[in-house]
Amino acid sequence: MHELSLVADLFTIIEEQASRAGAKRVTKVVVSVGELSGVVPELFRSAFQSYKKGTIADKARLQLKMVKIKFKCRSCGHELTARNIMDESFSYVCPACGSKDMELIAGRDLYLEKLEIET
Amino acid sequence: MEQKKKELLVLEDILGSNKKIADQIRKKLEEHGILAINLLSAPGSGKTSLLEKIGLKLKDSCRLGVIEGDIETERDAERIRKIGLPAWQITTHGACHLEAKMLAQIFDQIPADLDFLFIENVGNLVCPASFDLGEGLRFVLLSVPEGDDKPQKYPEAFITSQVLVLTKCDLLPYLPFDTDRVIKEALEINPHLKVFKTSATSGEGLDELCAFLEAELKQRRGQHA
Repeated sequence: MHELSLVADLFTIIEEQASRAGAKRVTKVVVSVGELSGVVPELFRSAFQSYKKGTIADKARLQLKMVKIKFKCRSCGHELTARNIMDESFSYVCPACGSKDMELIAGRDLYLEKLEIET
Repeated sequence: MEQKKKELLVLEDILGSNKKIADQIRKKLEEHGILAINLLSAPGSGKTSLLEKIGLKLKDSCRLGVIEGDIETERDAERIRKIGLPAWQITTHGACHLEAKMLAQIFDQIPADLDFLFIENVGNLVCPASFDLGEGLRFVLLSVPEGDDKPQKYPEAFITSQVLVLTKCDLLPYLPFDTDRVIKEALEINPHLKVFKTSATSGEGLDELCAFLEAELKQRRGQHA
């Protein structure tokens, strides 16, 4: 539901970066989306499509790269990746040493990774 | 002229603009020695009722303030004012969560000598979890009628909170709610969660929760002194 406000923040970054690089046009936008970022890719995509009209990224394609949720065991350092957020078989217990002290190390972020521009 | 295409590596955090404002709010709160608590839950879990009850218990010994986040109406803020506490209503007009910049807009109205600032987020167990408000503590509330399967269905709210408050525990005899299962599953997701079993109706667990808040405030002020 809050994808539109995130897309608005994304466009602030896009316009700032594009003008700094002297771009005439942005042709591609690559965003990395953590599975636990709370972002629904379909909603983000449609928010992007409506927001881009009349901006420097008017014709840009959006590529979303999903980032898996990853935990690291604080006891033994073992790293564990969840297949997806609704993975029922996933347990938050370290399979290597049985510790429950797992730290979330990836999957919460939402990043503008790169832009393809025309100068 | 020929058009040149090139790739620009950016690596900028899109949630960063919220985070920046949240960090400024956190810094101000710490300077004033105010402990802010962000309350997350589904609609109807009893956030306002819990605040009314702990507000009455704490108001003689502490300075309290409450920010109410709702999509529409001032109803929750009015409930809090009725028990004699200052309340500021943020109506989001459709937005499903509070953001740091909404808080920043009313921050000047918050007295600097508060002890606790409670921030009641928009009723929603999903979106508010993604937005840091600069709070010192995050509470996630889960009421008995909602069912005991929620922690694993809405993990982000439980992962990012420090305290789990089970509410409406006076209804336990009437509903198939497995408290042990909820606590076990919540701790699997986040082993550092502190759990309180409460009821705004019977008063269960409220003294423990207030004692915890006072101890946290004391400890934090000790650290920043």
